[in-house]
Amino acid sequence: MTSSLTAPSRARVRGRARGARRLGAGATLGLGVSVLWFSLLVLIPLVAVLVSAAGLGPKEFLDVLTNAQTAAAIRLTVVQSLLVTALNVVMGTALAWVLVRDRFPGKVVLDIVIDVPFALPTIVAGLVLVSLYGPRSPVGIDVNNTRWAVFLALALVTLPFVVRTVQPVLETLDHDVEEAAASLGASRLTTFRRVILPSLVPAIAAGAALAFARGISEYGSLVLLSGNLPNRTEVASVRVFTYLENGQKGQASAIAAVLLVVSLVVIVSLDLIQRRVARRG
Amino acid sequence: MSIHVDGVSKRFGDFVALDDVSVDLPTGQLTALLGPSGGGKSTLLRIIAGLETADTGTVTIEGREATHLPPQKRNVGFVFQHYAAFKHMSVAKNVAFGLEIRHRPKTEVKKRVAELLELVHLDQFAHRLPSQLSGGQRQRMALARALAVEPSVLLLDEPFGALDAKVRKELREWLRRLHDEVHVTSVFVTHDQEEALEVADEIVVINEGRVEQVGTPDQLYDAPATDFVMGFLGPVTRLGGAQVRPHDIEVSTDPGQPGAVPGRVVRLLRVGFEVRLWVETAPSEEPVSVTVTRAHQRQLALGEGSAVWLSPTSDATRVDAVV
Repeated sequence: MTSSLTAPSRARVRGRARGARRLGAGATLGLGVSVLWFSLLVLIPLVAVLVSAAGLGPKEFLDVLTNAQTAAAIRLTVVQSLLVTALNVVMGTALAWVLVRDRFPGKVVLDIVIDVPFALPTIVAGLVLVSLYGPRSPVGIDVNNTRWAVFLALALVTLPFVVRTVQPVLETLDHDVEEAAASLGASRLTTFRRVILPSLVPAIAAGAALAFARGISEYGSLVLLSGNLPNRTEVASVRVFTYLENGQKGQASAIAAVLLVVSLVVIVSLDLIQRRVARRG
Repeated sequence: MSIHVDGVSKRFGDFVALDDVSVDLPTGQLTALLGPSGGGKSTLLRIIAGLETADTGTVTIEGREATHLPPQKRNVGFVFQHYAAFKHMSVAKNVAFGLEIRHRPKTEVKKRVAELLELVHLDQFAHRLPSQLSGGQRQRMALARALAVEPSVLLLDEPFGALDAKVRKELREWLRRLHDEVHVTSVFVTHDQEEALEVADEIVVINEGRVEQVGTPDQLYDAPATDFVMGFLGPVTRLGGAQVRPHDIEVSTDPGQPGAVPGRVVRLLRVGFEVRLWVETAPSEEPVSVTVTRAHQRQLALGEGSAVWLSPTSDATRVDAVV
């Protein structure tokens, strides 16, 4: 009986492998266009940046990075992006949960408004933040020229990412599975921790990677409110801009290269964490 | 009585799913809740499990009033139609779930999981993920998972409904044997009368939110209380104002028996070892459906157009038809 039951699944696996091996003419063309497009837009400019940074030579490269102001800007950017990403992991998941599981008046509106920070031109987002949390704040909160300004701006523009990656996964989650856990004696908290959360981890990780990448590259939304004070509220992208303005393209590329590496490291580690959690359960 | 349901009603908006249902399900037996889709049988099972709450009425499990207990506290094992596997956990982890959240010692959990996987013939699949199993294997895993916590009752909601015909048949025979081994009080929901007749010790027929009849498969088949039960448990046809089973009709080629109904064979269909006849007894009425054996059909040389006389056999199950 066991053997008769395993047969279909083995056949399915073999079928999939065969499907993946064969590439028709249409698929070859599709692959070619995709690779070309990706190369033109992403790979070649990235390499150009790296080449430009390499043009500095090792000593000058290190000089750029050890420059106190640059190092502070990179540190600020990375730390704030990590903090905002952590915040998003919690708040984004909570928001997605509320949007999928709860019923309340204004739910449809909230569902649409979530995307506004994503759709808003960043400089407009910056303007909104200045008018609300700037020097003449109507709510009495003034974070102008502080690191809170950076944090706030990043939190605003990265808000939709985790929500939008987690939401569809949460929607397709089987209710059966939670009922099964309950009938096995699991409390709601245990069910969430052991059953629901592991199913969401890949989506949360994907959203976190997007949020981090956005955070590390943010410019428009924070320049107005943060004041760009050297060593205090100046972020890496502002630093890149300053170097470029001064005609120091190599120096700008050096920072870009560092940001690139940091992004890669974070995205790869998120992927690794996600795999580990998914496997362990 | 292991499970005692008393006066349970449940509405979903305007739809009445259960209407004042009372059932007693005895300890150690395998009971089928049988009925058409939307008849309320799954709702009853979910109310017993605590996954749904009754509007009125009470549920008692093993002498304990359970009407308002959450599912976690009922000590009930539940098996779902679509397996409800924890997809990110291995088969062994799925089975261990109930024990792990009870913080049982690791060695004990390991031993019990190994026993259960052997019981459901999945010992060599312990480290696979549910997605790497066939439907039948997944359902056996779900069964092992439900049994792991030693539930006082095992509830199965259309457990074989998502499987193909062959696997379904294998699995229900296996479930019967498993039940004879484990003896846990079990209730399963099905809309397949063959499944209920083959597997269950006792059958509760539920239709439109009410219990139509409760009895052993023999009682239900031989003495249906209503024409609904008669019709749901097997094929029926009308002969002389009564509902009769097509195989409980005697066919002869001469008007031997007094009261035999004359007719003419209008259609003949051979399906394997049996032959189905449609006999027209009056032009205005639906043809009577009759099943005979292949040998009998040959012996009487029946064909389309043959003149025949029909009468119910002496031990025929019959219910007077409601016109």
